[in-house]
Amino acid sequence: MTKQAANNAELYDLYRELILDHARNPRHFGRLDNATHKAEGINPLCGDKLKMYFNIDNHGRIEGTSFEGSGCAISMASASLLTDAVLGMSVDDADALFDTVSARLTQSGIDEGSAVDIDVDVPLAKLKALDGVREFPSRVKCATLAWHALHSALSHQPTPATTE
Amino acid sequence: MSQAQLKPSSISAEWRKDFPILSQSVNGHPLVYLDSAASGQQPAAVIDAVAHYHREDHANVHRGVHTLSQRATDAFEGARDKIRDFINAASRTEVVMTSGTTESINLVAQSFCRPRIGPGDKVLITHLEHHANIVPWQLVCEQTGAELVVAPMDDQGQLELEKLWALLTDDVFILAIGHVSNALGTVNPIKGIIAEARERDIPVLVDGAQGVPHMAIDVQDLDCDFYAFSGHKMFGPTGTGVLYAREAHLESMPPYQGGGDMILEVSFESTVYNELPYKFEAGTPNIGGVIGLGAAVDYLQSIGMQRIADYERDLHDYMVAALESVDGIRLIGTAASKASVQSFLLDDIHSHDLGTILDHQGVAIRTGHHCAMPVMSRFGISGTARASIAFYNNSDDVDRLIAALLKARQLFT
Repeated sequence: MTKQAANNAELYDLYRELILDHARNPRHFGRLDNATHKAEGINPLCGDKLKMYFNIDNHGRIEGTSFEGSGCAISMASASLLTDAVLGMSVDDADALFDTVSARLTQSGIDEGSAVDIDVDVPLAKLKALDGVREFPSRVKCATLAWHALHSALSHQPTPATTE
Repeated sequence: MSQAQLKPSSISAEWRKDFPILSQSVNGHPLVYLDSAASGQQPAAVIDAVAHYHREDHANVHRGVHTLSQRATDAFEGARDKIRDFINAASRTEVVMTSGTTESINLVAQSFCRPRIGPGDKVLITHLEHHANIVPWQLVCEQTGAELVVAPMDDQGQLELEKLWALLTDDVFILAIGHVSNALGTVNPIKGIIAEARERDIPVLVDGAQGVPHMAIDVQDLDCDFYAFSGHKMFGPTGTGVLYAREAHLESMPPYQGGGDMILEVSFESTVYNELPYKFEAGTPNIGGVIGLGAAVDYLQSIGMQRIADYERDLHDYMVAALESVDGIRLIGTAASKASVQSFLLDDIHSHDLGTILDHQGVAIRTGHHCAMPVMSRFGISGTARASIAFYNNSDDVDRLIAALLKARQLFT
């Protein structure tokens, strides 16, 4: 494969159909009026902002999710995928998923076998669509923004989450 | 515009070969550098001057009697003389070396304004400013109780001059205004604005970071009180900058920072400050950087700023016409008088996505808010893609930009 072709492949890997679909038609988009937990995520590099909302019931289970804001295709798709993925999860599992996803997205130049594995249950398998950012160090923060906001919301941290 | 359309692929100049960095491939494609408004590339003459200094002449300036110190001092002060000539300051005492435009503006805010303003005074800026010409004034207003006032711009990104005149009231202590907008490329009619302000005895600071690299600057002809600019935007090293200030102002201002080099005599009871401009240059300066900046001035003068301005006008017009021909493009910043910069949006593709896709085709542009968030808010957007040219660019670069944008469209639809 020529270098140009390899680059092309990376680009198509980053902007997979699933990513573009979630970016264009974000799931659970909007305010969640009965949210018990919420947090704002700010990417200081571009000024993009996301607000994540979660409704957590008395048993520590995430019963409702939503987000609002604007951002690039990567950050919007990542937030949309997140709201799908953690719906119905326990808070502990969701926080563990934050660790897993963060680790997975920040491991660059590794092969599939050694990447931190994501449980293949649907819809979690879809999170692998974010893997393309590994080859784009400047865009990793776009993908992790919503996850940092999730972590912040679950731990009730009062200040906005950032990717720094 | 017509010239660009008549000669679609013929705008090029031989100056490109003077810039070693431009002859490389990025992501498998020959580099197209369209981000000079963020930082200009350095010609070999600048790189060599800095390297020569570090290899042969490095020592501290203004101190030693030994040979190297004398060489370093001569080269450093020689650069100051070149810069004085370049902007036609009346005296070398009016050329203060700083770390960049940001420090130059902070210096004026803290030393010229802070001791003299208070509640009831106003600092006037405009809606087009870079954060570096907003935040230093916000700080000094917070510190003193003065009020920050913002002159509006229209939908093309031009100052609304009638409204600006109306805001130039007696209680305005200083007007701080950009020469060329970094986000929109608008060239403000700065000479006329300075004349209006001077009629009302209002001092004017011009943020010239985007002006100096693209046109001949004559601070005496402009008749401004302060003119701030950066070395790295005019193809010199980062960490260098200049504050031009009228000598009478500098005489009347307290030092910005204390330290070595800015004093004549120090005891624990009192300190006698050094003469101008050294009173404002505390500590060991960026000697190598300033020498490189002097080399950048030599290089620019060997071409001539008017030639550069003429060439860039044609190339800018070509770029704007080419961008307009792309379906789904929305130009942000369409002032009648512009230089170097074109901001745009493509369909609903976020500028960061555009930046990544273009980079993968070897095309470097800036994306985001360009350190001018109020400008973005004025247009109801969070950011733009911005292509900015210098005299080392040519119409092939623009053609590559357009091809890369078409590819982005293809990827996203």
